[in-house]
Amino acid sequence: MQPAAVEVRNVSKAFGAAQVLHDVSLSIPTGVSRGLVGRNGAGKSTLVSILTGLLTPNSGKVIFNNVEAPAQRTSREWRNKVACVYQRSTLVPTMSVAENLFANAYPGNPTWVNWSRLRAAAREICEEWELGVSVDTRASDLRVEQRQLVEIARALAKGARFIIFDEPTAALESKEVARLFERIRRLKREGVTLLYISHHLQEIYDICDSVTVLRDGCVIVPGADVADLPKEKIVEAMVGEQIARSSRRPPMLPAASTPALSVKHLSLAPMFHDVSFDIAPGEQVGLAGLGGSGKEQIAEAIAGLLTAGSGDILVGGVRLRPGHVPTAQLKGVSYVPRDRRRRGILPQLSVAENLTVSIQRTFGRFGWIAPRRLEASARQLFSALSIVASSMRQPVVELSGGNQQKVVIGRALASSPQVLVLVYPTQGVDVAAKEAIFDIIAAAQARGAAALIVSDELDELRNCQRVLVVFKGAIVKSFGADSSERDLIAAIEGVDA
Amino acid sequence: MSSVETAADAQSGFGARLTSLGLRELTLIPALLIVGFVGWLNNPAFLTSDNLLNILQQSSELSILVIAETLILLLAKIDLSLESIVGFTPMLGAWLISSDPSLGGSGLGLNPALAIPIVFVTGALIGALNGFLVVKMRLSPFIVTLSILILLRGMTLGLTNGTTLFDLPNSFLYLGSAKWGSVPASIWIAALLYLLFGIGLRYHRIGRALYAIGGNSEAARVAGIQVDRIVWGTYIASGLLAALAGLMLSGRIASVVSSQGQNMIFYVFAAAVIGGVNLNGGRGRLVGALTGVLLLGVLQNVLTLSQVPTFWIDAVYGAIILLALIFARLTGDRAEDV
Repeated sequence: MQPAAVEVRNVSKAFGAAQVLHDVSLSIPTGVSRGLVGRNGAGKSTLVSILTGLLTPNSGKVIFNNVEAPAQRTSREWRNKVACVYQRSTLVPTMSVAENLFANAYPGNPTWVNWSRLRAAAREICEEWELGVSVDTRASDLRVEQRQLVEIARALAKGARFIIFDEPTAALESKEVARLFERIRRLKREGVTLLYISHHLQEIYDICDSVTVLRDGCVIVPGADVADLPKEKIVEAMVGEQIARSSRRPPMLPAASTPALSVKHLSLAPMFHDVSFDIAPGEQVGLAGLGGSGKEQIAEAIAGLLTAGSGDILVGGVRLRPGHVPTAQLKGVSYVPRDRRRRGILPQLSVAENLTVSIQRTFGRFGWIAPRRLEASARQLFSALSIVASSMRQPVVELSGGNQQKVVIGRALASSPQVLVLVYPTQGVDVAAKEAIFDIIAAAQARGAAALIVSDELDELRNCQRVLVVFKGAIVKSFGADSSERDLIAAIEGVDA
Repeated sequence: MSSVETAADAQSGFGARLTSLGLRELTLIPALLIVGFVGWLNNPAFLTSDNLLNILQQSSELSILVIAETLILLLAKIDLSLESIVGFTPMLGAWLISSDPSLGGSGLGLNPALAIPIVFVTGALIGALNGFLVVKMRLSPFIVTLSILILLRGMTLGLTNGTTLFDLPNSFLYLGSAKWGSVPASIWIAALLYLLFGIGLRYHRIGRALYAIGGNSEAARVAGIQVDRIVWGTYIASGLLAALAGLMLSGRIASVVSSQGQNMIFYVFAAAVIGGVNLNGGRGRLVGALTGVLLLGVLQNVLTLSQVPTFWIDAVYGAIILLALIFARLTGDRAEDV
């Protein structure tokens, strides 16, 4: 029998008091593509770090093709055995595609760079993988999709036969996802072993042969054929209990004469033009569209982060000052950005301060902050959102992704806003946190807040009473709650159904 | 996620416990005591109230610059021009006051009551220029403030052809020479500013906004903090503080030397960083920066009292700053902090 391409034997890892991996063992036969799923904090990232040699386990070992992984974890040998495509780029942004492809291992003479040889070798790889970019393009100018391809090609050029994909589709559009899957299937045909991590279970069924489920640092399912493991079973293994998936009913509120949010003929060239819509108090409306359709920019204009070229935004009938975040907040608009790491959390500040940063003006006169009032206000949100942290004083950067997202959403709710603008509010969080976030939004709606969900994930749009579809900067269609998913997707993609 | 855990993993032991209690600032106090003890062994004159007040007075200008630089560093920005404001603004004031062009003055004989406000306004204007170039022109703070540093150094020299201005009116020298009670006014002023800014950084919206911006300026903007306005305002405030420090320094030495403030910026950075202020922004406290200033002041004094040869003092000084940094790391700083 052929040896397993990679085998993890009894690996345990603890960070201080926190045991992150308990006696984890798994083995992936050569040429198999294995899915790895688990909730946030299940230990996936730690396992990946151990597999790629970034972390040393406290006990246990990693074996590649019957050979124990080298002890020297930074060695080139290790890098040549396994490669990882992360959500975030691992290319050197200021260097060309050619240089990135052969980073630190230039063809020919190892000391001096032979530029013409380097570029020729790179061009060959680019053609083979149909990268469609010049080898002289700087990595920072690549699209996410191209960047990932360069990373895959680089791994293969180094001779890696085992590639880890860590949520590669998080920043891709559906067409790009399809193309990525096409390439992943080609890798499989060529006998490359894959470990594929994703929050989207459907993707696991699309491209994986088998699946491993982690929960709380333990292997729950060591490796089962995807055919034998329906979605509910996977979710059950991830969560440990059956979670009811329900779509929520909108709250019954008396009809209001003034819309909570009214957007009138809003334009900002070249991103969006003549956008108009109203949202009633208590209503939840989706704003769907492809990446680059302008939906996120419309949301930013409402939040005051972008200044629209023309048009008006009214909250409760009052016109907002364009491009000014503090007045938008004062008038009752709260915004939850998509990229919580880059735009959401204030990493070194405590959970309490992160929750209350937008309402500090209410904690005292002349800008002074009464610590007790801050604490009281934060505690209320902290428990209402069931944020998991050692204390409210813990720096927010130390929380898990799902809890960070709850903090960012909690901040948006702190001011009891009339309008909640949420951009991909559940992206990258686990199933349970997702449900909790939907509950939080529903509670705000019941209070009379209008919610605008900016997303193209049907799962995030499922509670909306209406979904507006943005295509190339304009609202092209509106769907009621009862319309078919297929029509909605067709409109998002811009194909006539 | 894992990188955070690794960082937490790497720090352990006593220093880590201090850090987790928010007492990183106190880790310099043992070093301070050791240096003081060695100084006392070498020369018992060290531990007299005259000498200790002397140390505090000599550190007062530096300590005020350290407040200014700490505010800027918290924002993850930098200001190298502070030391040249220390030189230029009092020089401009003294030049306007002086009625004798042959001694390097302007011959205007301006009333000090007018010249002193001009010193502060000039400091604020230079800060505003720094802020404009950094905030509006999006230039790199390092190179902007370096250029301003060189420019102001040159203007300080050019104004008086490099001469020193003496015979300044008492009112101009007041802040650096007066005594309130038996303690020099400059010590009172510095102490008051530390109290004020220390509390402000902890309990005022703007203080917290500095930490937020330094930690993640884009997230701060999304959270409704007016990032540009605060950065600009902080540059203006630090220009003002530097002008104050300059006036105090001139008052203490009863003259304005054309090289006034020169090289001070290095000690400003040394004090802030060994005091735990992170050059990458968002981390550090004024208490810590103050212990940094005190350590440098005590060190300088002890080296002088111990009769270290004059030409070697700087070298010894530099070596000990380096040791303090290593000490601070070993007793608790996370890897990325220094």
